[in-house]
Amino acid sequence: MDLFAEAIAWIFSTDTQSGSLPLSEAIATHLAFTVVSVLIAAVIAVPAGWLVGHTGRGREIAVGLSGAARAVPSFGLVLLLVLVFGVTHKVGASTTAFVLLAIPPILAGAYSGVEAVERRIVDGARAVGMTSSQVLGKVEIPLGLPLLIGGLRSATLQVVATVTLAGYVGSWGLGFYIVQGIQIRDFAQILGAALVIVVLAVLLDLLFALAERAVVPRGVRAGRDGR
Amino acid sequence: MRTIRRTTTLVAGAAAALLTLSACGGDSDPLEQDTGDSGEDTASDTIVVGSQAYYSNEIIAEIYAQALEADGFTVERNFSIGQRDAYMPALENGEVQVIPEYTGNLLQYFDPETTATSAEDVYAELANAVPESLAVLEQSPATDQDSYNVTADFAESEGLTSIGDLAGIDGLTVGGPAELEERPYGPQGLADVYGVDVAFEATGDTTVQDLVAGTVDVANVFSADPRIQTEDLVTLEDPEGLFLASNVVPLVGADVVEDVAAVIDPVSAALTPEGLVDLNVQSTEEQRSSEDIAADWLAENGLA
Repeated sequence: MDLFAEAIAWIFSTDTQSGSLPLSEAIATHLAFTVVSVLIAAVIAVPAGWLVGHTGRGREIAVGLSGAARAVPSFGLVLLLVLVFGVTHKVGASTTAFVLLAIPPILAGAYSGVEAVERRIVDGARAVGMTSSQVLGKVEIPLGLPLLIGGLRSATLQVVATVTLAGYVGSWGLGFYIVQGIQIRDFAQILGAALVIVVLAVLLDLLFALAERAVVPRGVRAGRDGR
Repeated sequence: MRTIRRTTTLVAGAAAALLTLSACGGDSDPLEQDTGDSGEDTASDTIVVGSQAYYSNEIIAEIYAQALEADGFTVERNFSIGQRDAYMPALENGEVQVIPEYTGNLLQYFDPETTATSAEDVYAELANAVPESLAVLEQSPATDQDSYNVTADFAESEGLTSIGDLAGIDGLTVGGPAELEERPYGPQGLADVYGVDVAFEATGDTTVQDLVAGTVDVANVFSADPRIQTEDLVTLEDPEGLFLASNVVPLVGADVVEDVAAVIDPVSAALTPEGLVDLNVQSTEEQRSSEDIAADWLAENGLA
Protein backbone atom coordinates (compact mmCIF):
# COMPACT_ATOMS: atom_id res chain seq x y z
CA MET A 1 0.00 0.00 0.00
CA ASP A 2 3.06 2.23 0.31
CA LEU A 3 3.19 2.58 -3.42
CA PHE A 4 -0.40 3.83 -3.54
CA ALA A 5 0.35 6.42 -0.89
CA GLU A 6 3.41 7.50 -2.86
CA ALA A 7 1.41 7.65 -6.06
CA ILE A 8 -1.21 9.86 -4.45
CA ALA A 9 1.56 12.01 -3.00
CA TRP A 10 3.08 12.26 -6.49
CA ILE A 11 -0.19 13.56 -7.94
CA PHE A 12 -0.39 16.35 -5.39
CA SER A 13 3.33 17.13 -5.11
CA THR A 14 4.73 20.41 -6.36
CA ASP A 15 7.16 18.54 -8.63
CA THR A 16 4.34 17.76 -11.01
CA GLN A 17 3.57 21.47 -11.41
CA SER A 18 6.95 22.19 -12.96
CA GLY A 19 9.04 20.29 -15.49
CA SER A 20 8.57 20.17 -19.24
CA LEU A 21 4.98 18.97 -18.85
CA PRO A 22 3.06 20.19 -15.79
CA LEU A 23 0.31 17.83 -14.64
CA SER A 24 -2.45 20.32 -15.46
CA GLU A 25 -1.16 20.59 -19.02
CA ALA A 26 -0.90 16.82 -19.29
CA ILE A 27 -4.54 16.45 -18.23
CA ALA A 28 -5.60 19.23 -20.62
CA THR A 29 -3.79 17.70 -23.60
CA HIS A 30 -5.04 14.24 -22.68
CA LEU A 31 -8.64 15.46 -22.63
CA ALA A 32 -8.16 17.53 -25.78
CA PHE A 33 -6.91 14.50 -27.71
CA THR A 34 -9.87 12.49 -26.42
CA VAL A 35 -12.58 15.05 -27.11
CA VAL A 36 -11.30 16.09 -30.54
CA SER A 37 -10.81 12.48 -31.66
CA VAL A 38 -14.28 11.40 -30.54
CA LEU A 39 -15.90 14.49 -32.13
CA ILE A 40 -14.21 13.92 -35.49
CA ALA A 41 -15.11 10.24 -35.34
CA ALA A 42 -18.73 11.17 -34.53
CA VAL A 43 -18.98 13.56 -37.47
CA ILE A 44 -17.92 10.73 -39.75
CA ALA A 45 -19.61 7.74 -38.13
CA VAL A 46 -22.96 9.08 -36.92
CA PRO A 47 -24.42 10.14 -40.31
CA ALA A 48 -23.00 7.01 -41.91
CA GLY A 49 -24.52 4.84 -39.18
CA TRP A 50 -27.92 6.52 -39.46
CA LEU A 51 -27.92 6.03 -43.19
CA VAL A 52 -27.01 2.36 -42.86
CA GLY A 53 -29.65 1.83 -40.17
CA HIS A 54 -32.36 3.69 -42.09
CA THR A 55 -31.82 2.16 -45.50
CA GLY A 56 -30.45 -1.20 -44.40
CA ARG A 57 -27.90 -0.82 -47.19
CA GLY A 58 -24.24 -1.45 -46.52
CA ARG A 59 -25.05 -3.12 -43.24
CA GLU A 60 -22.64 -6.00 -43.84
CA ILE A 61 -19.87 -3.56 -44.67
CA ALA A 62 -20.53 -1.53 -41.52
CA VAL A 63 -20.63 -4.64 -39.33
CA GLY A 64 -17.50 -6.07 -40.91
CA LEU A 65 -15.68 -2.78 -40.77
CA SER A 66 -16.43 -2.11 -37.13
CA GLY A 67 -15.50 -5.68 -36.22
CA ALA A 68 -12.24 -5.65 -38.13
CA ALA A 69 -11.20 -2.22 -36.90
CA ARG A 70 -11.32 -3.44 -33.32
CA ALA A 71 -8.46 -5.80 -34.10
CA VAL A 72 -6.11 -3.01 -35.19
CA PRO A 73 -3.24 -2.67 -32.69
CA SER A 74 -3.41 0.95 -31.58
CA PHE A 75 0.23 1.31 -30.56
CA GLY A 76 1.45 0.15 -33.94
CA LEU A 77 -1.05 2.41 -35.64
CA VAL A 78 0.13 5.49 -33.73
CA LEU A 79 3.79 4.86 -34.56
CA LEU A 80 3.02 3.93 -38.16
CA LEU A 81 0.98 7.08 -38.75
CA VAL A 82 3.67 9.26 -37.16
CA LEU A 83 6.18 7.81 -39.59
CA VAL A 84 3.79 8.13 -42.53
CA PHE A 85 2.69 11.71 -41.71
CA GLY A 86 6.19 12.77 -40.69
CA VAL A 87 7.35 13.99 -37.31
CA THR A 88 6.14 17.53 -37.95
CA HIS A 89 2.56 16.23 -37.89
CA LYS A 90 2.65 14.12 -34.75
CA VAL A 91 -0.54 15.63 -33.36
CA GLY A 92 -2.42 14.95 -36.58
CA ALA A 93 -1.02 11.44 -36.83
CA SER A 94 -1.93 10.55 -33.25
CA THR A 95 -5.39 12.10 -33.60
CA THR A 96 -6.01 10.13 -36.79
CA ALA A 97 -5.11 6.91 -35.00
CA PHE A 98 -7.53 7.71 -32.17
CA VAL A 99 -10.28 8.70 -34.63
CA LEU A 100 -9.92 5.35 -36.40
CA LEU A 101 -10.18 3.69 -33.01
CA ALA A 102 -13.32 5.64 -32.07
CA ILE A 103 -15.25 5.13 -35.32
CA PRO A 104 -16.33 1.45 -34.92
CA PRO A 105 -18.22 1.76 -31.63
CA ILE A 106 -19.90 5.01 -32.72
CA LEU A 107 -20.88 3.54 -36.08
CA ALA A 108 -22.29 0.48 -34.34
CA GLY A 109 -24.24 2.64 -31.88
CA ALA A 110 -25.67 4.82 -34.64
CA TYR A 111 -26.91 2.07 -36.94
CA SER A 112 -28.07 -0.32 -34.29
CA GLY A 113 -30.02 2.49 -32.59
CA VAL A 114 -31.93 3.24 -35.79
CA GLU A 115 -32.29 -0.41 -36.62
CA ALA A 116 -33.63 -1.33 -33.21
CA VAL A 117 -36.70 0.90 -33.55
CA GLU A 118 -39.73 -1.34 -33.74
CA ARG A 119 -40.99 -1.86 -37.31
CA ARG A 120 -44.56 -1.18 -36.13
CA ILE A 121 -43.58 2.33 -35.06
CA VAL A 122 -41.83 3.04 -38.35
CA ASP A 123 -44.82 1.70 -40.26
CA GLY A 124 -47.08 3.87 -38.13
CA ALA A 125 -45.03 6.93 -38.91
CA ARG A 126 -45.24 6.17 -42.62
CA ALA A 127 -48.99 5.60 -42.29
CA VAL A 128 -49.61 9.07 -40.90
CA GLY A 129 -47.89 10.44 -44.01
CA MET A 130 -44.31 11.12 -42.90
CA THR A 131 -41.71 11.21 -45.65
CA SER A 132 -38.68 8.95 -45.46
CA SER A 133 -36.49 11.73 -44.08
CA GLN A 134 -39.16 12.69 -41.55
CA VAL A 135 -39.28 9.08 -40.36
CA LEU A 136 -35.52 9.16 -39.89
CA GLY A 137 -35.40 12.59 -38.28
CA LYS A 138 -38.49 12.46 -36.07
CA VAL A 139 -38.81 8.80 -35.19
CA GLU A 140 -35.75 6.67 -35.78
CA ILE A 141 -33.03 9.08 -34.64
CA PRO A 142 -34.71 10.20 -31.38
CA LEU A 143 -35.64 6.64 -30.46
CA GLY A 144 -32.15 5.42 -31.32
CA LEU A 145 -30.36 8.10 -29.31
CA PRO A 146 -29.76 6.01 -26.16
CA LEU A 147 -27.90 3.38 -28.20
CA LEU A 148 -25.95 6.08 -30.04
CA ILE A 149 -24.89 7.68 -26.78
CA GLY A 150 -23.89 4.21 -25.61
CA GLY A 151 -21.64 3.93 -28.67
CA LEU A 152 -20.12 7.34 -27.98
CA ARG A 153 -19.62 6.29 -24.40
CA SER A 154 -17.61 3.19 -25.21
CA ALA A 155 -15.66 5.07 -27.90
CA THR A 156 -14.72 7.78 -25.40
CA LEU A 157 -13.61 5.28 -22.79
CA GLN A 158 -11.50 3.44 -25.31
CA VAL A 159 -9.90 6.64 -26.56
CA VAL A 160 -9.23 8.17 -23.13
CA ALA A 161 -7.32 5.02 -22.22
CA THR A 162 -5.48 4.81 -25.53
CA VAL A 163 -4.41 8.47 -25.63
CA THR A 164 -1.82 7.26 -23.11
CA LEU A 165 0.13 6.03 -26.15
CA ALA A 166 0.61 9.62 -27.30
CA GLY A 167 3.23 9.83 -24.56
CA TYR A 168 5.45 7.59 -26.69
CA VAL A 169 5.67 10.12 -29.50
CA GLY A 170 5.70 13.49 -27.74
CA SER A 171 5.50 15.56 -24.56
CA TRP A 172 1.78 15.41 -24.01
CA GLY A 173 -0.93 13.47 -22.29
CA LEU A 174 -0.66 11.52 -19.08
CA GLY A 175 1.14 8.72 -20.90
CA PHE A 176 4.27 10.89 -20.91
CA TYR A 177 4.69 10.31 -17.18
CA ILE A 178 4.22 6.58 -17.60
CA VAL A 179 6.74 6.30 -20.45
CA GLN A 180 9.23 8.39 -18.49
CA GLY A 181 8.52 6.63 -15.21
CA ILE A 182 9.22 3.18 -16.65
CA GLN A 183 12.69 4.25 -17.79
CA ILE A 184 13.68 6.04 -14.59
CA ARG A 185 11.94 3.37 -12.49
CA ASP A 186 9.74 5.88 -10.68
CA PHE A 187 6.80 3.67 -9.85
CA ALA A 188 4.97 6.31 -7.84
CA GLN A 189 4.91 8.45 -10.97
CA ILE A 190 3.70 5.58 -13.18
CA LEU A 191 0.91 4.62 -10.80
CA GLY A 192 0.03 8.25 -10.08
CA ALA A 193 -0.43 9.01 -13.78
CA ALA A 194 -2.40 5.80 -14.26
CA LEU A 195 -4.71 6.77 -11.40
CA VAL A 196 -5.37 10.17 -12.95
CA ILE A 197 -6.31 8.43 -16.22
CA VAL A 198 -8.69 6.17 -14.31
CA VAL A 199 -10.31 9.17 -12.64
CA LEU A 200 -10.74 10.88 -16.02
CA ALA A 201 -12.28 7.73 -17.48
CA VAL A 202 -14.72 7.35 -14.60
CA LEU A 203 -15.77 11.02 -14.78
CA LEU A 204 -16.34 10.83 -18.54
CA ASP A 205 -18.31 7.63 -18.12
CA LEU A 206 -20.48 9.28 -15.50
CA LEU A 207 -21.22 12.17 -17.87
CA PHE A 208 -22.33 9.76 -20.56
CA ALA A 209 -24.45 7.78 -18.11
CA LEU A 210 -26.32 10.98 -17.30
CA ALA A 211 -26.60 11.90 -20.99
CA GLU A 212 -27.98 8.47 -21.83
CA ARG A 213 -30.79 8.98 -19.36
CA ALA A 214 -31.46 12.52 -20.50
CA VAL A 215 -31.91 11.65 -24.17
CA VAL A 216 -34.71 9.14 -23.70
CA PRO A 217 -37.65 10.93 -25.38
CA ARG A 218 -40.31 12.20 -22.99
CA GLY A 219 -43.01 10.03 -24.51
CA VAL A 220 -40.96 6.88 -24.20
CA ARG A 221 -40.11 7.60 -20.59
CA ALA A 222 -43.77 8.32 -19.78
CA GLY A 223 -44.71 5.02 -21.40
CA ARG A 224 -42.10 3.14 -19.38
CA ASP A 225 -43.08 4.76 -16.09
CA GLY A 226 -46.72 4.00 -16.74
CA ARG A 227 -46.11 0.29 -17.00
CA MET B 1 8.06 -33.20 -20.56
CA ARG B 2 9.05 -29.93 -22.10
CA THR B 3 5.53 -28.59 -21.86
CA ILE B 4 5.14 -29.72 -18.31
CA ARG B 5 8.42 -28.11 -17.31
CA ARG B 6 7.41 -25.01 -19.12
CA THR B 7 4.09 -24.85 -17.34
CA THR B 8 5.78 -25.38 -14.01
CA THR B 9 8.19 -22.58 -14.78
CA LEU B 10 5.29 -20.34 -15.73
CA VAL B 11 3.43 -21.14 -12.54
CA ALA B 12 6.56 -20.61 -10.50
CA GLY B 13 7.18 -17.37 -12.34
CA ALA B 14 3.65 -16.17 -11.72
CA ALA B 15 3.94 -17.06 -8.07
CA ALA B 16 7.24 -15.24 -7.84
CA ALA B 17 5.72 -12.26 -9.59
CA LEU B 18 2.85 -12.24 -7.11
CA LEU B 19 5.25 -12.40 -4.21
CA THR B 20 7.34 -9.61 -5.68
CA LEU B 21 4.25 -7.48 -6.19
CA SER B 22 2.92 -8.06 -2.71
CA ALA B 23 6.33 -7.20 -1.31
CA CYS B 24 6.36 -3.93 -3.22
CA GLY B 25 7.96 -1.24 -1.17
CA GLY B 26 9.76 1.98 -1.95
CA ASP B 27 12.95 0.24 -3.06
CA SER B 28 11.69 -2.84 -4.79
CA ASP B 29 11.44 -2.92 -8.54
CA PRO B 30 8.37 -4.58 -10.05
CA LEU B 31 9.87 -4.36 -13.52
CA GLU B 32 12.96 -6.34 -12.65
CA GLN B 33 13.22 -9.26 -15.00
CA ASP B 34 13.85 -12.86 -14.09
CA THR B 35 17.24 -14.00 -15.19
CA GLY B 36 15.82 -17.29 -16.38
CA ASP B 37 17.60 -20.58 -16.87
CA SER B 38 21.12 -20.41 -18.17
CA GLY B 39 22.81 -22.50 -20.80
CA GLU B 40 24.40 -25.90 -20.50
CA ASP B 41 27.85 -26.71 -19.20
CA THR B 42 30.74 -26.31 -21.55
CA ALA B 43 34.02 -28.10 -21.86
CA SER B 44 36.95 -26.12 -20.53
CA ASP B 45 38.81 -25.92 -23.86
CA THR B 46 36.03 -23.95 -25.53
CA ILE B 47 35.36 -20.27 -25.00
CA VAL B 48 31.73 -19.15 -24.76
CA VAL B 49 31.18 -15.72 -26.26
CA GLY B 50 27.94 -13.98 -25.42
CA SER B 51 26.28 -10.78 -26.60
CA GLN B 52 23.54 -8.40 -25.61
CA ALA B 53 20.28 -8.32 -27.52
CA TYR B 54 21.56 -5.32 -29.50
CA TYR B 55 22.74 -5.66 -33.09
CA SER B 56 25.86 -3.54 -32.62
CA ASN B 57 26.94 -5.58 -29.60
CA GLU B 58 26.39 -8.78 -31.53
CA ILE B 59 28.72 -7.62 -34.31
CA ILE B 60 31.48 -6.93 -31.78
CA ALA B 61 30.87 -10.31 -30.15
CA GLU B 62 31.13 -11.96 -33.56
CA ILE B 63 34.45 -10.20 -34.14
CA TYR B 64 35.75 -11.55 -30.81
CA ALA B 65 34.50 -15.01 -31.72
CA GLN B 66 36.12 -15.09 -35.16
CA ALA B 67 39.37 -13.64 -33.82
CA LEU B 68 39.45 -16.38 -31.17
CA GLU B 69 38.70 -19.05 -33.75
CA ALA B 70 41.48 -17.74 -35.99
CA ASP B 71 43.82 -18.21 -33.06
CA GLY B 72 42.81 -21.83 -32.63
CA PHE B 73 40.15 -21.62 -29.93
CA THR B 74 36.90 -23.51 -30.15
CA VAL B 75 34.19 -20.92 -29.75
CA GLU B 76 30.62 -21.38 -28.73
CA ARG B 77 28.32 -18.45 -29.52
CA ASN B 78 25.56 -17.50 -27.13
CA PHE B 79 24.29 -14.28 -28.68
CA SER B 80 21.36 -11.96 -27.97
CA ILE B 81 21.05 -13.11 -24.37
CA GLY B 82 19.27 -9.95 -23.32
CA GLN B 83 20.26 -7.03 -21.19
CA ARG B 84 22.67 -6.79 -18.29
CA ASP B 85 20.34 -8.25 -15.66
CA ALA B 86 19.89 -11.30 -17.85
CA TYR B 87 23.46 -12.22 -18.75
CA MET B 88 25.45 -11.08 -15.71
CA PRO B 89 24.62 -14.18 -13.63
CA ALA B 90 25.69 -16.41 -16.54
CA LEU B 91 29.03 -14.58 -16.68
CA GLU B 92 29.56 -14.77 -12.96
CA ASN B 93 29.10 -18.53 -12.86
CA GLY B 94 31.22 -19.10 -15.93
CA GLU B 95 28.59 -20.19 -18.47
CA VAL B 96 29.51 -17.22 -20.63
CA GLN B 97 33.17 -16.23 -20.62
CA VAL B 98 33.49 -13.27 -22.96
CA ILE B 99 30.99 -10.50 -23.73
CA PRO B 100 31.41 -7.03 -25.23
CA GLU B 101 30.47 -4.39 -22.69
CA TYR B 102 30.46 -0.61 -22.32
CA THR B 103 32.57 0.89 -19.54
CA GLY B 104 30.24 3.64 -18.28
CA ASN B 105 27.04 1.66 -18.26
CA LEU B 106 28.80 -1.35 -16.78
CA LEU B 107 30.34 0.75 -14.01
CA GLN B 108 26.93 2.20 -13.27
CA TYR B 109 25.57 -1.35 -12.98
CA PHE B 110 28.15 -2.32 -10.37
CA ASP B 111 28.37 1.08 -8.67
CA PRO B 112 25.25 3.22 -9.22
CA GLU B 113 26.68 6.03 -7.08
CA THR B 114 29.76 6.58 -9.23
CA THR B 115 30.71 10.15 -10.13
CA ALA B 116 33.43 9.30 -12.67
CA THR B 117 32.66 10.46 -16.21
CA SER B 118 35.94 10.60 -18.15
CA ALA B 119 37.02 7.50 -20.05
CA GLU B 120 40.17 7.02 -17.89
CA ASP B 121 38.42 7.50 -14.55
CA VAL B 122 35.57 5.22 -15.52
CA TYR B 123 37.92 2.47 -16.68
CA ALA B 124 40.04 2.76 -13.52
CA GLU B 125 37.00 2.54 -11.26
CA LEU B 126 35.51 -0.25 -13.31
CA ALA B 127 38.61 -2.43 -12.90
CA ASN B 128 38.02 -2.30 -9.13
CA ALA B 129 34.26 -2.59 -9.28
CA VAL B 130 33.90 -5.87 -11.18
CA PRO B 131 33.37 -8.99 -9.04
CA GLU B 132 36.38 -11.25 -8.39
CA SER B 133 35.24 -13.90 -10.84
CA LEU B 134 35.30 -11.37 -13.70
CA ALA B 135 37.80 -9.01 -15.29
CA VAL B 136 37.82 -6.33 -17.95
CA LEU B 137 40.43 -6.36 -20.72
CA GLU B 138 41.87 -3.19 -22.29
CA GLN B 139 39.17 -0.72 -23.30
CA SER B 140 38.71 0.21 -26.92
CA PRO B 141 38.74 3.80 -28.20
CA ALA B 142 35.33 2.98 -29.73
CA THR B 143 32.42 4.37 -27.73
CA ASP B 144 28.70 3.86 -27.76
CA GLN B 145 27.30 6.39 -25.34
CA ASP B 146 24.73 9.14 -25.03
CA SER B 147 25.67 12.23 -26.99
CA TYR B 148 24.17 15.51 -28.15
CA ASN B 149 23.87 15.95 -31.89
CA VAL B 150 22.86 18.76 -34.21
CA THR B 151 22.34 18.88 -37.94
CA ALA B 152 25.40 19.75 -40.03
CA ASP B 153 23.63 22.89 -41.30
CA PHE B 154 22.92 24.13 -37.80
CA ALA B 155 26.46 23.34 -36.67
CA GLU B 156 27.86 25.32 -39.58
CA SER B 157 25.60 28.35 -39.31
CA GLU B 158 26.18 28.66 -35.54
CA GLY B 159 29.80 27.51 -35.58
CA LEU B 160 29.21 24.60 -33.22
CA THR B 161 31.77 21.96 -32.33
CA SER B 162 31.28 21.50 -28.61
CA ILE B 163 28.23 21.47 -26.33
CA GLY B 164 29.46 24.70 -24.72
CA ASP B 165 29.06 26.52 -28.05
CA LEU B 166 25.29 26.24 -27.59
CA ALA B 167 25.41 28.67 -24.68
CA GLY B 168 23.80 31.97 -25.53
CA ILE B 169 21.63 30.65 -28.37
CA ASP B 170 18.02 31.49 -27.50
CA GLY B 171 15.03 29.23 -27.86
CA LEU B 172 16.85 25.91 -28.12
CA THR B 173 14.89 22.70 -27.74
CA VAL B 174 16.56 19.42 -26.89
CA GLY B 175 14.85 16.21 -27.93
CA GLY B 176 15.30 12.71 -26.59
CA PRO B 177 13.51 9.90 -24.81
CA ALA B 178 11.06 11.02 -22.11
CA GLU B 179 13.46 10.02 -19.33
CA LEU B 180 16.18 12.38 -20.60
CA GLU B 181 14.43 15.15 -18.67
CA GLU B 182 15.32 13.40 -15.41
CA ARG B 183 18.83 12.22 -16.29
CA PRO B 184 21.94 13.94 -14.85
CA TYR B 185 23.00 14.84 -18.40
CA GLY B 186 19.53 16.18 -19.28
CA PRO B 187 18.42 19.83 -19.47
CA GLN B 188 19.49 20.47 -15.87
CA GLY B 189 22.98 19.09 -16.50
CA LEU B 190 23.29 21.19 -19.66
CA ALA B 191 22.53 24.30 -17.65
CA ASP B 192 24.79 23.39 -14.72
CA VAL B 193 27.82 22.18 -16.64
CA TYR B 194 27.76 24.26 -19.81
CA GLY B 195 25.38 27.13 -19.02
CA VAL B 196 23.18 26.06 -21.91
CA ASP B 197 19.47 26.74 -21.41
CA VAL B 198 17.14 24.48 -23.34
CA ALA B 199 13.50 23.52 -23.41
CA PHE B 200 12.81 19.79 -23.37
CA GLU B 201 10.71 17.88 -25.87
CA ALA B 202 10.11 14.14 -25.55
CA THR B 203 10.65 12.68 -28.99
CA GLY B 204 10.72 8.98 -28.14
CA ASP B 205 11.64 6.73 -31.03
CA THR B 206 11.63 9.52 -33.60
CA THR B 207 14.39 11.67 -32.06
CA VAL B 208 16.59 11.62 -35.17
CA GLN B 209 13.66 12.33 -37.50
CA ASP B 210 12.63 15.21 -35.24
CA LEU B 211 16.11 16.69 -35.39
CA VAL B 212 16.21 16.42 -39.17
CA ALA B 213 12.70 17.88 -39.48
CA GLY B 214 13.67 20.73 -37.19
CA THR B 215 11.12 20.20 -34.42
CA VAL B 216 14.09 20.00 -32.04
CA ASP B 217 17.51 21.67 -32.35
CA VAL B 218 19.62 19.27 -30.32
CA ALA B 219 19.07 15.51 -30.07
CA ASN B 220 20.21 12.87 -27.62
CA VAL B 221 21.42 9.97 -29.78
CA PHE B 222 23.80 7.07 -29.12
CA SER B 223 27.21 8.01 -30.45
CA ALA B 224 27.52 4.87 -32.60
CA ASP B 225 24.10 5.33 -34.21
CA PRO B 226 24.56 4.92 -37.97
CA ARG B 227 22.11 7.73 -38.61
CA ILE B 228 24.72 10.23 -37.35
CA GLN B 229 26.54 9.30 -40.55
CA THR B 230 23.60 8.72 -42.88
CA GLU B 231 21.61 11.79 -41.79
CA ASP B 232 24.67 14.03 -41.73
CA LEU B 233 24.56 14.91 -38.02
CA VAL B 234 27.31 16.49 -35.99
CA THR B 235 28.07 15.07 -32.54
CA LEU B 236 29.00 17.90 -30.19
CA GLU B 237 32.15 17.40 -28.15
CA ASP B 238 31.78 17.03 -24.41
CA PRO B 239 35.03 18.39 -22.90
CA GLU B 240 33.51 18.80 -19.42
CA GLY B 241 32.41 15.18 -19.21
CA LEU B 242 28.66 15.74 -18.96
CA PHE B 243 28.07 12.26 -20.33
CA LEU B 244 29.40 9.15 -18.70
CA ALA B 245 32.09 7.81 -21.04
CA SER B 246 31.15 4.39 -22.33
CA ASN B 247 33.92 2.72 -24.28
CA VAL B 248 33.62 -0.75 -25.67
CA VAL B 249 35.35 -3.13 -23.27
CA PRO B 250 35.46 -6.93 -23.19
CA LEU B 251 34.16 -8.37 -19.93
CA VAL B 252 35.65 -11.82 -19.42
CA GLY B 253 35.80 -14.58 -16.82
CA ALA B 254 38.85 -14.17 -14.56
CA ASP B 255 39.98 -17.71 -15.39
CA VAL B 256 40.29 -17.07 -19.14
CA VAL B 257 41.98 -13.65 -19.04
CA GLU B 258 45.41 -15.14 -19.77
CA ASP B 259 44.09 -17.06 -22.77
CA VAL B 260 42.02 -14.46 -24.55
CA ALA B 261 43.72 -11.15 -23.75
CA ALA B 262 46.43 -11.66 -26.38
CA VAL B 263 43.73 -12.15 -29.04
CA ILE B 264 41.11 -9.60 -28.02
CA ASP B 265 43.31 -6.68 -26.91
CA PRO B 266 44.51 -6.03 -30.49
CA VAL B 267 40.87 -6.14 -31.63
CA SER B 268 39.90 -3.53 -29.05
CA ALA B 269 42.84 -1.35 -30.05
CA ALA B 270 41.88 -1.50 -33.73
CA LEU B 271 38.20 -0.70 -33.17
CA THR B 272 37.78 3.08 -33.47
CA PRO B 273 34.65 5.17 -32.84
CA GLU B 274 34.27 5.75 -36.58
CA GLY B 275 34.96 2.08 -37.20
CA LEU B 276 32.13 1.07 -34.87
CA VAL B 277 29.68 3.42 -36.60
CA ASP B 278 30.80 1.93 -39.89
CA LEU B 279 30.08 -1.60 -38.65
CA ASN B 280 26.62 -0.49 -37.56
CA VAL B 281 25.96 1.15 -40.92
CA GLN B 282 26.78 -2.11 -42.67
CA SER B 283 24.19 -3.83 -40.50
CA THR B 284 21.33 -1.32 -40.61
CA GLU B 285 21.80 0.18 -44.08
CA GLU B 286 23.24 -2.71 -46.06
CA GLN B 287 21.50 -5.48 -44.10
CA ARG B 288 24.66 -7.58 -43.95
CA SER B 289 24.97 -10.42 -41.46
CA SER B 290 27.23 -9.99 -38.46
CA GLU B 291 29.38 -12.95 -39.66
CA ASP B 292 30.20 -11.19 -42.94
CA ILE B 293 30.75 -7.81 -41.31
CA ALA B 294 33.06 -9.32 -38.70
CA ALA B 295 35.04 -11.38 -41.21
CA ASP B 296 35.60 -8.36 -43.47
CA TRP B 297 36.58 -6.12 -40.60
CA LEU B 298 39.12 -8.62 -39.24
CA ALA B 299 40.62 -9.08 -42.70
CA GLU B 300 40.85 -5.32 -43.29
CA ASN B 301 42.61 -4.84 -39.98
CA GLY B 302 44.96 -7.74 -40.53
CA LEU B 303 43.73 -9.57 -37.46
CA ALA B 304 42.66 -12.83 -39.04
